[in-house]
Amino acid sequence: MNASFMKRTIAAVAAVGALATGMGAAQAEDAKVGFVYVGPIGDHGWSYRHDIGRQAIESELGDAASTSYVESVPEGADAERVIRQMAQTGHNLIFTTSFGYMNPTEKVAKQFPNVKFEHATGYKRADNLSTYAARFYEGRYVAGVIAGKMTKSNVVGYVGSFPIPEVVRGINSFMMGAWSVNPDVKVKIVWANTWYDPGKEGDAAKALIDQGADIMVQHTDSPAPLQVAENRGVLGFGQASDMIKFAPKAQLTAIVDNWDKYYVARAKAVVDGTWESTDTWGGIDSGMVEMAPYTNMPADVKALAEETAAKISSGEFHPFTGPIYDQAGELRIKDGEVAEDGMLLGMDWYIKGIDAELPK
Amino acid sequence: MVRLEPRRQHSQAMVYLSPVLAILMTLVVGGIIFAFMGKNPFDALYTFFILPISNSYGISELFVKATPLVIIAVGLAMGFRANVWNIGAEGQLTMGAIFGGGLALYFYDSESMFLLPGMLILGALGGAFWGAIPALLRTRFNANEILTSLMLTYVATLFLSFLVHGPWRNPEGFNFPESRPFPDAGLLPVIYDGTRVHLGTALAVFVVIAGWLLLSKSVIGFQLRVVGKAPQAARHVGFRQKRMVWFTLLLGGGLAGLAGLFEVAGPIGQLQPSISPGYGFTAIIVAFLGRLHPVGILFGGLIMALTYLGGELAQITLGLPNAVTGLFQGILLFFLLACDVLTKYRIRFGSTAAKGRTA
Repeated sequence: MNASFMKRTIAAVAAVGALATGMGAAQAEDAKVGFVYVGPIGDHGWSYRHDIGRQAIESELGDAASTSYVESVPEGADAERVIRQMAQTGHNLIFTTSFGYMNPTEKVAKQFPNVKFEHATGYKRADNLSTYAARFYEGRYVAGVIAGKMTKSNVVGYVGSFPIPEVVRGINSFMMGAWSVNPDVKVKIVWANTWYDPGKEGDAAKALIDQGADIMVQHTDSPAPLQVAENRGVLGFGQASDMIKFAPKAQLTAIVDNWDKYYVARAKAVVDGTWESTDTWGGIDSGMVEMAPYTNMPADVKALAEETAAKISSGEFHPFTGPIYDQAGELRIKDGEVAEDGMLLGMDWYIKGIDAELPK
Repeated sequence: MVRLEPRRQHSQAMVYLSPVLAILMTLVVGGIIFAFMGKNPFDALYTFFILPISNSYGISELFVKATPLVIIAVGLAMGFRANVWNIGAEGQLTMGAIFGGGLALYFYDSESMFLLPGMLILGALGGAFWGAIPALLRTRFNANEILTSLMLTYVATLFLSFLVHGPWRNPEGFNFPESRPFPDAGLLPVIYDGTRVHLGTALAVFVVIAGWLLLSKSVIGFQLRVVGKAPQAARHVGFRQKRMVWFTLLLGGGLAGLAGLFEVAGPIGQLQPSISPGYGFTAIIVAFLGRLHPVGILFGGLIMALTYLGGELAQITLGLPNAVTGLFQGILLFFLLACDVLTKYRIRFGSTAAKGRTA
C-alpha cells in the first residue's frame, strides 16, 4: 500500500504542478478574479451578496473569466497573506470586501503593480487599487420613513456593529427618515461589536424588543435580529440581502447590496484592457443599493416608500439636506445645503434628537 | 458491553508516537472526506499540506503564523502541567498589544532605538498583569481561574475596541477605528528580506529553548511537574501551590502579551479592533498537541499553522469551503485524544470484569 500510495501521490503532485503552470499561460488575457470575504458566504448578508456578485461575473463573462474566493478571513495579519497568495496564483483582479483589509491590500498592491485591486469601503487608492462602496444611507432613509409610519410604540430597536462612520451615518439617515413622518420616534441602539455573530445579534434584538421596540433595524450581517422580530411578532428590515424567507411576516423591506453590475463591469474592463483606478460610491440610482419588495405594510406606506426612493434615486432629494444639527446643537449642515461626501465619509456624530451617546 | 480499563503500564514510546499516529489518521480520514466532496483526495491533500510550503515564501508564512501560537502555547503548557488552567491567553495577548503598542503610539514620531525594547518589556508586562488578576483571585478567594481568565478576555478585547474607537484613534484616519501606524522604530525588523518573518519568530525559537531548559533543568520546572502529577506529594514536601499559580499565570500571561505585541509590531503594524483570530484559544490545542513539551509545541504550532495556510489555498485553488480548516483541526484533535485514551487504557469487551467487581 505504501509504495502505491507514494506513486500516486507523486503523480498527483506532478499533475497539479502541470495544471497550475498550464493555466497561468493559457489564461493570461482572461480575467482571473479573486474575492476575499470577511464572513462565510452563507451569512445571508454582506459576504453572501458579494459572492452573488462573483457568480454574476462567472455567468456573464463565461469562459473569459474564472473566479475564486476565500471566506472568513480575519481582518488582521492573515489578510495580507491571503491577498498575496491570490496575487501569486495568477489572479489579475482581486476584490477585498471589508474595511479592515485596507492596509494589507495597499501593501500587496504595491508589490504587484500588474495586478488590479479593488477594496470595498476604504479610502486608500493607487494606480492599481480602486475603492468602491454603496450609499446604503439612502436605503436607510427609506426604511426610516417606513418605520416612522409603522411603529405603534414609537420605539425603534437598532442593532449596530461598530460605531464607525458607515454605521453612524446609517443611524442618522434612518432617524431623519423616521422623523420626516413621525417626530415622536425614539431609537434604542445596542452595539454588538461584531459584523457576524448570530447569537449576539439575536440577543441584542431580544433586549431591544424587551425595551419596547416594535421595529427592528440592524447593521450586522446575519438574519438573526430579523428572525427574533418574526418570533416576537414585531416588524423589521432585512440587511444586505432580501431576507424575506427568514421573516415572511416581519420583513418590511430590505436594503439589498447589489454588486453584480459593478463586479461584471470591472471584470470586463480587465478583459478589455480598459481597467482604471477609480473611486465609486453608488446609490439607489446606480443599482448598487436596492430595496427589496415592500411587504407587510398598507398600500399608502408602500406608495410613500416608493416615492421617497424614487426622489432619492433621481437626485431630487438628498437625505442629508440642511439644516442639520448635531447632538451638541452645533449646525453641521447649513439650511438648504447637502452634506459633502467627505463629511459623510467621516461622520462620527449623531444628529440632534438621537437620545443615545456615541461610544468613544 | 464495552468499557475502558486502565493499563498498568503504558508504553513510553506511544506517548510520543500518538501525535504522529493521529496526524496520519487525520490524513486518511481527510482524504476520504475529500473524495466524498468529489475532489481527488491526493490533489486535495497535496493542496492542503504540501502546496502551502512548496516555496520559500510559503515556509516563511508558516513561521509567521506559527510564531504567536508557539509562544503562547509554551507559556500555557507550564500552567497546564501544574493544573493551572489559564484559558484567557487571548485577553493577555490583547493587553500585551495594548501596553506595548501604547508606547509606540505615545512616541509615534520617535526614531529611538530604545522604543522597540521598551515595547517588548511593556508587552510582556501587560500580559503578565492580565494574568496576575486570575492569579490573585485564585490564591486569595479561590476563584476558578478558568472562568476569571476567560471572562477577562472579553474585558481586554472591549478595552482595545474602546481605545481604537476613541482616545487612540488615528487622527488622520477619517474616524475609522484604527490607531496611527507605528513608527519604523517601533516595528519588529524583518529578519529575512522579502518575507514577513520578523524578530518575533526568532524569539519564539528562543522561548522554546528557554521553556525546555526551565522545565527539565530548573527546580521550579521540577516543582511544576510534581505539583501537576502528585499534588498531595507536592504539598507534603512543602511545594507551595499558590506560588505555582502565580508563577504559571504570570509566565503564561507574559508570553501571551509578548505574542500580542509581536503581532501588532510585526505583521499588523498598528492597533486595530481585531488583532488576533483567536490565537490565545488555538494555542491551547497546540499545547496539548505538543504534549505540553516546548519542543513538541514547536511542531504542534507548525502543524496547526499549516492547517490554516492549507485551508486558504484549498479555497483559492480547489474552491473548497473554509469549514475544511476547522474540520481538519477537529479531526486532528479527535484522533489525538483517542490515541491518548488508548495509550492509557485498553478496551474490554464483555462483562466479565463488571461481574468481578460486583462479586
